[in-house]
Amino acid sequence: MTSRSYVAGAALSAIGFALLVVAHYLGLFVAPREAMMGDVGRILYVHVPTAWGALLFYLGAFVAAIGSLWSGRRGWDAATTAMVEVGTVMTFLLLVQGSLWARPTWGTYWTWDPRLTTSAVLAAAFGVVLLLRRLIDQPARRATATAVATIVAFVDVPIVYFSVKWWNSLHQPVSSRQTIDSPMMQPLLIAAVAVLLLGIGLSVLRWRVELARLLAEEAAPDLPDAPAPLDLSGASGAPRG
Amino acid sequence: MSEVEVPAPLPRPAQPGLGSVLVGVFGGVLAVIRKDLLVEWRARAQVVALLGFAVVVLLLFSFAVGPDSMALARHAGGYLWLALLLSSTLLLARSMQNEVESGALEGLLLVPVPAASIFYGKALANTVLLVLVALVALPVDLAITGAAIVSPGVAVAVVVLGAAGVAAPGTFYAALTARVAGRQLLLPLLLFPLIVPALLGAVKATTLAMTGDPMGQVPSWLTLLLAFDLIYWSLCGLLFEKVVEA
Repeated sequence: MTSRSYVAGAALSAIGFALLVVAHYLGLFVAPREAMMGDVGRILYVHVPTAWGALLFYLGAFVAAIGSLWSGRRGWDAATTAMVEVGTVMTFLLLVQGSLWARPTWGTYWTWDPRLTTSAVLAAAFGVVLLLRRLIDQPARRATATAVATIVAFVDVPIVYFSVKWWNSLHQPVSSRQTIDSPMMQPLLIAAVAVLLLGIGLSVLRWRVELARLLAEEAAPDLPDAPAPLDLSGASGAPRG
Repeated sequence: MSEVEVPAPLPRPAQPGLGSVLVGVFGGVLAVIRKDLLVEWRARAQVVALLGFAVVVLLLFSFAVGPDSMALARHAGGYLWLALLLSSTLLLARSMQNEVESGALEGLLLVPVPAASIFYGKALANTVLLVLVALVALPVDLAITGAAIVSPGVAVAVVVLGAAGVAAPGTFYAALTARVAGRQLLLPLLLFPLIVPALLGAVKATTLAMTGDPMGQVPSWLTLLLAFDLIYWSLCGLLFEKVVEA
């Protein structure tokens, strides 16, 4: 099981990475310049797939968290962690790319835009899930806490999005076939597939590590009991001082 | 004098019908609310300290902004909710700490009512306490910033809905982190990103209650708060059993 999943994870990551190189070659050198934004617009080919990927892996983590809570099995717990981690990495990348894109086009690194703000809230909410996980030693309690916090954080996604949307919005509408011309569509789709494969590959690899860690933790002998604190009050219970 | 009042044991028939189940659930909720408020009343110095904390936070905001009365009045709603939010983590953490220390939670879980009614009882008690903090903080906020409430009905609705919006996920996360090292930091870290929508709605609606609402925006912000409350009161009630059982 382990070696096959390792090969699968490594192969998917490698294919994803190779496709990413192809997509960016097409995006940077072949695709036409964006009419309004010029070459800056080419960041689209990495930004939009990252956004799709982040949401998709949070969705995957949400499903895995329900599975973990339902079945109590380690595999689901490890999968939840793996996908929350991949999603969080993508969200942080998304924020960096978005800021870099926003500066030349909107004139600011940061604004009250629904998708921008939602991404920041997501990065915080899911980042804390990973932190929470590190701080709990007992395996069953840790699995429950991870699953529950992931579910609660994911449910927040649409609420944050719509609440911020009612404030002012600056972001261009969601990119789709209708808003993107076909010569730009090809590198975008290749990049999307590349990010998806890379994400799945990394998730599988991360899942293996987490599962191995959980199994090792279970196999390890318990720590010896802490020594009893020194009794300085005297065995006879005589009053101190 | 120091006699501990134990809630009367709840009836548990051999074949509980729907009616008696409902009585058990609501009885459980009411008993937990009563217990929590009684605990707070017995330790009222702590409640007073909490109110003092909220007031001090408000004072600090006004010092940080400076004597610019226009800016202060414009952001009065934001200061109020940040003061409430910062106080709430202290309140929520303590309410769950009381249960975990000396194994009180295990005793509560042995009571033959669903774990959800323990959650709803504690969350409602926390809502009541947060509304109390708001009742003290709001006049102080108005005095410091020079703002005034134009529509009291809206203000009351926002305070209640906002307090409920903080209390449900707050009680839930307090239970989740009650036994974790570093819980003082984890609770606000988990809670604050989550309640961004409630905070936005509450601040906007409070500001509109202070400045007037010529565009008729209040209903949509109250709807947002209500939707947030409904979603998290149901979801947290559903998941609470898993959290306390683990």
